Amino acid sequence: MADTVRTYLLLAWTWLRASAQYPGPLITMAVGAFAINMLDVVAIWVIFEHTPSLAGFGLAEVMFLYGTSSLSFAVSDMLFGNLDRLSQHIRTGSFDAMLIRPASAFVQMAVDRFSVHRFGRITQAVIVLAIALPRLDLPWSRAWAVPPMILCGIVIFSSLFALAGAAQFLLTDAPEVANAFTYGGSTLTQYPLSVYGRDLVRGVTFVVPLAFVNWQPALFVLDRPDPLGLPYWLRFVSPLAALTLAAVAALAWRAGVRRYRSTGS
Amino acid sequence: MITTRGDDRGSFRRRFRGGLILLYLRIAWYGFRRHSAYRSAAFAGAFTNAVFGILRAYVLIALWNARPGLAGYDLADAVTFCFLSQAFIGPMQLFGGGLELSGRVRSGDVAVDLVRPASLQLWSLADDVGRAAYLFLLRSLPPTAVGAALFGLVLPSGPAAWLSFTAGLALGVVVSFGWRYLVALSACWFMDDRGMQSLSLILTLFFSGMVLPLNLFPGWLGDLARALPWSAMVQVPADLYLGKRDILDALGFQAAWAVALLALGALATSAARRKVVIQGG
Repeated sequence: MADTVRTYLLLAWTWLRASAQYPGPLITMAVGAFAINMLDVVAIWVIFEHTPSLAGFGLAEVMFLYGTSSLSFAVSDMLFGNLDRLSQHIRTGSFDAMLIRPASAFVQMAVDRFSVHRFGRITQAVIVLAIALPRLDLPWSRAWAVPPMILCGIVIFSSLFALAGAAQFLLTDAPEVANAFTYGGSTLTQYPLSVYGRDLVRGVTFVVPLAFVNWQPALFVLDRPDPLGLPYWLRFVSPLAALTLAAVAALAWRAGVRRYRSTGS
Repeated sequence: MITTRGDDRGSFRRRFRGGLILLYLRIAWYGFRRHSAYRSAAFAGAFTNAVFGILRAYVLIALWNARPGLAGYDLADAVTFCFLSQAFIGPMQLFGGGLELSGRVRSGDVAVDLVRPASLQLWSLADDVGRAAYLFLLRSLPPTAVGAALFGLVLPSGPAAWLSFTAGLALGVVVSFGWRYLVALSACWFMDDRGMQSLSLILTLFFSGMVLPLNLFPGWLGDLARALPWSAMVQVPADLYLGKRDILDALGFQAAWAVALLALGALATSAARRKVVIQGG
């Protein structure tokens, strides 16, 4: 484990130094990532220009949900977001090269082309959260749940990226399908789940555990009754959901690597 | 520097005027065929567009439930707008790219394109129209069908609305091409075009109506957004579909931006021809 982390950090540092050779594009891409995600915030702001509450939640609460989801997603995107580009590496044959190097292929894939621009989105999420949190006036008895909630979100999104990567062993020609689950999951959790249809919410609670990224723990933090009437204890299951999904993702990745056949070209 | 021999190009054009139209039609057909090689990628894109359409539709439904009749749309109009905007992503290439040109500028192959006896701009346009036609079939129709099955979408009110929507869709593709062509050609001046690409992405998503319908934008921001070329790509064709805007006014607005962007593109092409330096060897 410690070895894996050290390999990751070493490779990340190598890629960072490589990308620093061209500071111009680096800065424009970081600013671009920051700005493109700000559009989501502008959209929320425009919506609340027309209504004081969306599906029962106010502006500060929606910004809190957006901020926690976005921060979790941004961190896991920085660490593992590259995994969903596996199909490119399979097609060009560079994945073969990773398999024969004396380091984990998973780590090499995740850290490939690591660059500072991946920090752009994190900065944006932190700013939104820093603005939203003080407006909620949370007592410490509930605010303590915020950091574990973000951590669980990171694990869930990272597992989704790993699952998306594992799926690329099958979907070499159609990698975009995976985006519907990774980026789609991020989009879904940016709004209160009470916005969505009942069946969709049950699906993301009990099948793909996206409700545990921020929705269920946020109901505890904001001290709100569940609009769908699901049991109270679900608010505290996020760690369990995150670990389960991580285990599934690890198995899927291993199965994918085992059945992988090089394109041979 | 390339010195183009203007006389030769002129005489070529005079001799082959009839042939040129055939040539561009053929290029459009090749563009269609070339993109049909990536069928599974197009279906994957359609799947993703449909999923995001569903997610965005629910947010709009929540807003319109809170404010029925907001911005002149009823609930069904708003949901239809959402799925239409998702359907436009493929043909209008709202997330950028789609033109081979930007890669050719980076690799330097554009130097060869610039001395060909056919206009680089019209060549790219024909190719892009072929691409748009293919993606319309594979990436626009399926998500719209999903939206119609799940939420029940509005249909245009009559033949006039259908016709004007078709015209608006076609003009929208031309405006989108005009803009992307300028972005791609800008790489001749900036060594790295990624900055321009991401700036273009932000402008396109926000000001086209892709993030939210432009008639929700408050005050001057709404006026500004409705006057800019990007609104010709999503907001105007969608309004033509829903019958929310005067037909001639809407089509005139799109045509004006199409002409303006194509003219700018022609200027940029001739400037690029003087700018490009071919490294010998």
